[in-house]
Amino acid sequence: MSLWEYANPVKFLGLSARVQPYLWAAAAICVSVGLTWGFFGTPEDFRQGSTVKIIYLHVPAALMAINAWFMMLVASLIWLIRRHHVSALAAKAAAPVGMTMTVIALVTGAIWGQPMWGTWWAWDPRLTSFLILFLFYLGYIALWEAVDDPDTAADLTSVLCLVGSVFAVLSRYAVRFWNQGLHQGTSVPVATGGRTVADVFFYPLLVSMIGFGLLFLALVLYRTGTEIRLRRTRALLARQGRDA
Amino acid sequence: MIALLRRDLMLAFRAGGGFGLGLAFFLIVTILVPFSVGPQSDLLGTIAPGVLWLGALLACLLSLDRLLALDFEDGTLDLLATAPLPLEAALSVKALSHWLTTGLPLVLAAPVLGVMLNLAPSGFVWLVSSLAVGTPALSVIGTFGAALTVGIKRGGLLMSLLVLPLYVPTLIFGAEVARRGAQGLDPVTSLLLLGGITCATIALMPFASAAVLRMTLR
Amino acid sequence: MTLSLRDLAVARGGVPVLSGVSFDVAPGTALILRGPNGAGKTTLLRTIAGLQAPLSGQITGAEDTIAYAGHADGLKAMLNVAENLTFWAEVFGRKDISEAIETYQLEPLRDRLAGTLSAGQKRRLGLARLMVTGRPIWVLDEPTVSLDAEAVGMFARAVTRHLAGGGLALIATHIDLGIAAQTFDITPFRAMPDDRSGASDEAFL
Repeated sequence: MSLWEYANPVKFLGLSARVQPYLWAAAAICVSVGLTWGFFGTPEDFRQGSTVKIIYLHVPAALMAINAWFMMLVASLIWLIRRHHVSALAAKAAAPVGMTMTVIALVTGAIWGQPMWGTWWAWDPRLTSFLILFLFYLGYIALWEAVDDPDTAADLTSVLCLVGSVFAVLSRYAVRFWNQGLHQGTSVPVATGGRTVADVFFYPLLVSMIGFGLLFLALVLYRTGTEIRLRRTRALLARQGRDA
Repeated sequence: MIALLRRDLMLAFRAGGGFGLGLAFFLIVTILVPFSVGPQSDLLGTIAPGVLWLGALLACLLSLDRLLALDFEDGTLDLLATAPLPLEAALSVKALSHWLTTGLPLVLAAPVLGVMLNLAPSGFVWLVSSLAVGTPALSVIGTFGAALTVGIKRGGLLMSLLVLPLYVPTLIFGAEVARRGAQGLDPVTSLLLLGGITCATIALMPFASAAVLRMTLR
Repeated sequence: MTLSLRDLAVARGGVPVLSGVSFDVAPGTALILRGPNGAGKTTLLRTIAGLQAPLSGQITGAEDTIAYAGHADGLKAMLNVAENLTFWAEVFGRKDISEAIETYQLEPLRDRLAGTLSAGQKRRLGLARLMVTGRPIWVLDEPTVSLDAEAVGMFARAVTRHLAGGGLALIATHIDLGIAAQTFDITPFRAMPDDRSGASDEAFL
């Protein structure tokens, strides 16, 4: 049995229906535990006061905003190389979720930034990079909506995702070059293994991040299922039209 | 290839070809800036490099939807796709003719508009060189956007939405060169980075453009 | 150079329209495709011309040998007749357009802008384009639309001369062209509604 078997839409729907209840439950538990723990179970920061607690929304959302695009990139590559429909539809399904995460990260960032930096918005490299990421999501979704033929739409959006990824990375470095910025360093630098956040803040944050990851997965599975059923309806209608 | 370039240039210069529209747009946008921000010459001098770069970028964008749409409607693209010339080469030529008819005039007109916006004297050389190095990238990236949206009815607005985020790195480095030049700082690093982006896009984007065009023609 | 199709299946908009199409066109001969509207003539011709990929089956002899003429002529309104033809000749690496001009009697129109031509004159120019490509296989989709009887005669003579020179032609048309050619009716090859192998939606059923 190989993983590619689940590239068959019917098989995929079966598996995803079996997994989804657990996934939703796990996501709900992790998100609520993480947020409750974070909001009520952690001490206030000696400099930032209670405003720091928005971190439990802000950081996981930002994390998923970027990971959603990575997932779309991988799914696009799978579609272009192996032409599995589920892959293309999963990329399509992930885009609005990723865009919502980007918006959450930007809005919570603004709410956090106002008391901290004294401004809702600054043209800081990180903020600007996220804004550009938001624009890429917008263009990607708009292109899906604009093309009639679903396979052509999948092809075009996949190439856009590829090219967009290159330009998104390029923009990130360009923006960093352009303005050094206010934003603090990353909270969870994976590469170095160290942490800039104390343990007492870190564990609820970790739970919250896992929760957001699971929530993203559940949403994408659910939305992919919807997209598959839409295509199925289309296929059935096309067949009926030909018989008539 | 030369035949295609000659034809595109000929079409651009004939009546209805749209040559000069981008240039006129650039002119008008730049003239409107003092009306909107006020006539203080020191303020205008500060924002001049950015305004000129943004104007040039929008002027390039404006003429993109004619780049492939007309050839798509009259069937030329179908016939070109069956011709011995590879589509990658054809699209590179299209981007080149777009640059010759839109980007190059902008580069040449920019110093005049720089005078009107009170650009610092040290900035002129760098403004022109940044535009000269950066605008080819705008044409090549724009060709990709045009190829993506050529099969879509009323794709012009969508194309702007897709192309503008791709223009961000070019705009940042290009405007940086012009700004640093005007302020008397060293702009060479930015200019080299801008040149790097331009070279990379010229080398790679035609493959992406040809790939999406084949998908659309199918 | 023989054009051969073996068990070809083609799709339009992700739905199979023809399957199991096989035929050969030998040098010096023409094949007329017939079939009702919507049968898949245009799709088949576009597939042979390489503009879209077949669902299955093989096409041999079509590599860089085809001059395709579809519904649109690829003419520029702001170029004159000679400029339009010269452009296409140069794209195919050739120079001489005099034979094409002569065959379709375009000499009096030589310096007129293509935008000012009538529909039939434009079509003649579009067909003259085939002659300047120098390609041995002509793939023509409804070439005689908006042509009068005299122009159809010019077209028939051009095809006959092309065949005599060892070329071959594949023509989808509804009218009698007066060309000695075999006829191939594609109606029996229509893909069955229940045969959806290769349809882009197939996996979803």
